[in-house]
Amino acid sequence: MKVILNSEQIERILKDLAGRIIADTPNELDIVAIGIRSRGEILAQRLSGQLSQQLGKKVPCGTLDITLYRDDLNSPQGTAQPKVRTTEIGFDIDDKIIILVDDVLYTGRSTRAAMDALIDLGRPKAIKLAVLVDRVGREFPIQADYAGYKSDAEPGKLVQVNLVESDGKDEVIIE
Amino acid sequence: MFETKLFWSIEFWSFRFVSNFDFRISDLHEVMALIKKGKSFKWHRKHLLGLRELSSEEIIYILDTAKGFEQISTRSVKKAPPLRGKVVVNMFFEDSTRTRNSFALAANRLSADIIEFTEKASSVSKGETLLDTARNLEAMGIDIVVIRHSAGGAAKLLSRNINACVVNAGDGFCEHPTQGLLDVYTIRKIKGTLEGLKIAIVGDIAHSRVARSDMWAMTKLGAEVIFVGPPTLMPSWASKLPVSVSYSLDEVIEKVDVINMLRIQFERLGGNPFPSVREYSHYFGLTLERMKRAKPDILVMHPGPINRGLEIESEVADGRNSVILDQVTNGLAVRMAVLFLVNQARAQQGKEAKHEKRIYPD
Repeated sequence: MKVILNSEQIERILKDLAGRIIADTPNELDIVAIGIRSRGEILAQRLSGQLSQQLGKKVPCGTLDITLYRDDLNSPQGTAQPKVRTTEIGFDIDDKIIILVDDVLYTGRSTRAAMDALIDLGRPKAIKLAVLVDRVGREFPIQADYAGYKSDAEPGKLVQVNLVESDGKDEVIIE
Repeated sequence: MFETKLFWSIEFWSFRFVSNFDFRISDLHEVMALIKKGKSFKWHRKHLLGLRELSSEEIIYILDTAKGFEQISTRSVKKAPPLRGKVVVNMFFEDSTRTRNSFALAANRLSADIIEFTEKASSVSKGETLLDTARNLEAMGIDIVVIRHSAGGAAKLLSRNINACVVNAGDGFCEHPTQGLLDVYTIRKIKGTLEGLKIAIVGDIAHSRVARSDMWAMTKLGAEVIFVGPPTLMPSWASKLPVSVSYSLDEVIEKVDVINMLRIQFERLGGNPFPSVREYSHYFGLTLERMKRAKPDILVMHPGPINRGLEIESEVADGRNSVILDQVTNGLAVRMAVLFLVNQARAQQGKEAKHEKRIYPD
């Protein structure tokens, strides 16, 4: 087990990501943050906090459950059975700049599912992908617009993001 | 004749297991053990035949899953893809408005294709048996059968003989599991929990599969259930169930948190269970007069279709305590969850089962 990011580094990365997002986005457009359950949800809340602070106005934050859009629903899965949970997006996404937030970008399959789920909710102006860890091993033509940390962990390894809200501690580890 | 025999055998089966009736305690222990271990629960049933056989944990899992499906019906694109390419057959051997359309819409919203099957317009009227009909449909490549039948145990019989998932949409007087689920879903959504609630189920208990499925779901989730009705409509087996029985609505109306008014099923009534409709209504109808004595936050439920003015007065059915239409709305989410879960269980049981050349047992 190796710790690749500690609590301070995670905080700094989120601050930095927020700065880059604001620099790229024209003032007149509305930014919203939407996190993919479950770690992405927490990161999106923190990122929207950073964005709100730096922009001086409230950036809405929502949560997306992508279970119904997964591409492996009809193939036998291992021990983990996907559980359907709620999507909680309490605002209109039409014409918004959506910052889609996830903890680790790996195969790109979750992102694909998330994009399909978002399109069923409306027509955003743009979807930008922000991740804490950008890991090698893409299976779909999907890339992050904002990546905090690039990892070249081999396929057999597990890159785990732990956050205070869900795991009691902020850190990113490789096992 | 065959169908009558089937019904009785299932009935007999019900009696036999009532004696070792300790599911609440054992289930609770199981749930606690699972929570302690932090082990994730896995849904493994590819059929939903009744609520009697489900643990409280399984019921809660369905209800929690249904929550995730509720918002599909309120957004701009009312469709999600999890059953894309799957075929659902609505096999209804009895008339139905709510259940049938609710299942059809649920299947549609999950992107499944749906075949509507009615007895009158099919070869069943030429004498084809239930199993042959189902096997023929299965040969066309269907994935889920939703079945309603007047014979108790029909869904179970089907589940033993075909590979597709079977969802019981009402069998005889036995069970109507999705109704039971949507009833507890509705109560849970408003009251937060069923633990400790007093619930009266009023009316034609003897002929009601809704009463049975409700009773299983409600007691497993910790509610206290009271069956209320005239002795002629109260089944003898009620005393063997974890419910109390009352023959007077006036006695229970003040103390219950939820009241579920069953429909008088004229099509099933034999003999003369009550002297007149007016007399029944006088003693067992939910009137405005009786509502005045009820708790102010009592939930009034009815599985539909309503006989207005008989078991329930129009003013009560449309009144502020009524959640009758919420039941219908929630039914859609619950049925989506059920279709999704049985299909998931089937997918997980592996692809080999799908291609297995099946030799039909007896």
